[in-house]
Amino acid sequence: MTTPSVSAVGLVKTFGEFRAVDGIDLEVRQGEIFGVLGPNGAGKTTMLKMLATLLPIDAGQAFIFGVDVAREPHRVRQLVGVTGQYASVDEDLTATENLWLFGRLLGLRSADARATARDLLAQFDLEEAASKPISQFSGGMRRRLDLAASLISRPPLIFLDEPTTGLDPRTRGQMWDTIRGLVADGCTIMLTTQYLDEADQLADRIAVIDHGRKVAEGTPDELKTSVGNSTLQVQLAGTADQDLAWQVVRRVVGREPIFTPESGGLNVPLDTADAAADVLIGLRQAGVTITSVSVAKPTLDEVFLTLTGHDTGDPYQSDETVRDEPYLEVR
Amino acid sequence: MTTTTVSQQPKLSTRLPVADPATAVARARAHTSFGETVSQTLSMAWRALKKMRRNPEQFFDVTLQPLLFTAMFAYIFGGAISHVSGSAGVKAYLPLLIPGIVAQTVLTTCMSTGVQLREDLEKGVFDRFKSLPIARIAPLAGPMIADLVRYLIAAGLTFTTGVIIGYRPGGGAPGVLGSIALAIFTGWALAWIFTFIGTIARNARSVQGISMLILFPLTFLSNAFVPVSTLPSALADFVRVNPVSHLVSAARDLANNGVISGEVGWTLLAGVAVIVVFAPLSVYSYKRHI
Repeated sequence: MTTPSVSAVGLVKTFGEFRAVDGIDLEVRQGEIFGVLGPNGAGKTTMLKMLATLLPIDAGQAFIFGVDVAREPHRVRQLVGVTGQYASVDEDLTATENLWLFGRLLGLRSADARATARDLLAQFDLEEAASKPISQFSGGMRRRLDLAASLISRPPLIFLDEPTTGLDPRTRGQMWDTIRGLVADGCTIMLTTQYLDEADQLADRIAVIDHGRKVAEGTPDELKTSVGNSTLQVQLAGTADQDLAWQVVRRVVGREPIFTPESGGLNVPLDTADAAADVLIGLRQAGVTITSVSVAKPTLDEVFLTLTGHDTGDPYQSDETVRDEPYLEVR
Repeated sequence: MTTTTVSQQPKLSTRLPVADPATAVARARAHTSFGETVSQTLSMAWRALKKMRRNPEQFFDVTLQPLLFTAMFAYIFGGAISHVSGSAGVKAYLPLLIPGIVAQTVLTTCMSTGVQLREDLEKGVFDRFKSLPIARIAPLAGPMIADLVRYLIAAGLTFTTGVIIGYRPGGGAPGVLGSIALAIFTGWALAWIFTFIGTIARNARSVQGISMLILFPLTFLSNAFVPVSTLPSALADFVRVNPVSHLVSAARDLANNGVISGEVGWTLLAGVAVIVVFAPLSVYSYKRHI
């Protein structure tokens, strides 16, 4: 068996009273894209920073290709590339100068550092901007340069912290292609994201993180199946019918709907879109009046709602209930 | 390193080989060697020099201060002192004053080392420096090496201004160069104090504030501008142990008389002591920041 790229047991990071990462176990296999999915403030970045030696580990253990992160950080730094949420390149230098500097710091000779910089700029379609200062770069160009900078030493493992947050759809697609290309080259990638579709598109396996804990882990398909493949959103005419509607849904699809009290509606997870018709017929037969209806693909919010019992928008709303529930493992 | 491989065909140059994990682990070393540390520090110095050239306003303090302060102190205090002591006007004050101004401008320059480090630490690029397998001292020492240029400008300009308004150093060129070299060394050594402050303070503004509190007693409670004999005894005692006083005395002996006095030894000793204490403290504090 090959050594896992990342293996972590019981990782903890506290900031004062706040447990940003609260006992996470992870195992990332070699050559896969591992997605860490979660809302803002879930502890994704903190966890990544611990694994990349940028933050001390408060409790638990982490190994990168079998090397202990806490004991041998200098060795770990030779095995990983890190691309942060905010471009970690020097604003006052040009793209070439940035890459040359990082190459020199990594021990390349001046001429080799220059050649590597040229190659990487070509690979990331940044040749024309090679001698421009970074302050004139667009968001997408910065991300690409940032990723290029992480590849100078061709590390076998790359951490990407929200690689496409804030990018337009086209640039986002390009970034996805680049990431797939890296894996084809033999890299292992661990990325964090807030977007289910990004994790879905890219990741071989996903861990869902919330409140510093892992609430689920599995392939994208497994995760989506756990919330249903799509969701029927029904707006009830009045709250009086809620109990009745609940019973109908339970009988028809065999799952419990989720009420959204603020909008007076309910969300029904569906295995197939066909089931939507069955639910609607059932509601009509039971005499439940509805004002609007729609079928949506599962969103991150729904994955969250299902897995944690609260939505992504208000992560601290139902703190206690989450802590008390044993977490759900999707295998 | 295998990463230096450059493909011959431009079209294929986008595919550089990824390091095999097992080989990479075997090759990963636990520490940077001394040679690597020096090379990394010089790379960081290169970065700082590039930034200086791109932001020439960073040179305002090291160019304007020597020009203004030398002329100002010479004509304000020089006039008053010569009036009291009855000596031959401003010119008589210059041999006392110029080495003092050199020490003062070099110290002020030190302060900006700390302020700029603090500003730098908040930038995204420092996340990358932290994630790279480089010596932790390199990002701190690099900018300080680059700052040697600033000390050189500050000290050189002060002497030049002095000469323009009538200062004739008795030690000649060797004496002046010697005192400039000594001032640069002391500046570099004392800059470690401000670098340490840069790593512990919350923001650049507080670095500035704390640094001022250290800087003022060091420069003004020294023999930089007034003879120690004119001071009350308690003050005079502090002035005598102040490392800046030793620098000023040593620089005066060098520039005015061409003499390498025992003060040079004290200055070097004080400088080394500061480095020995504050360099490890700075690195420790920078690591904790991570």
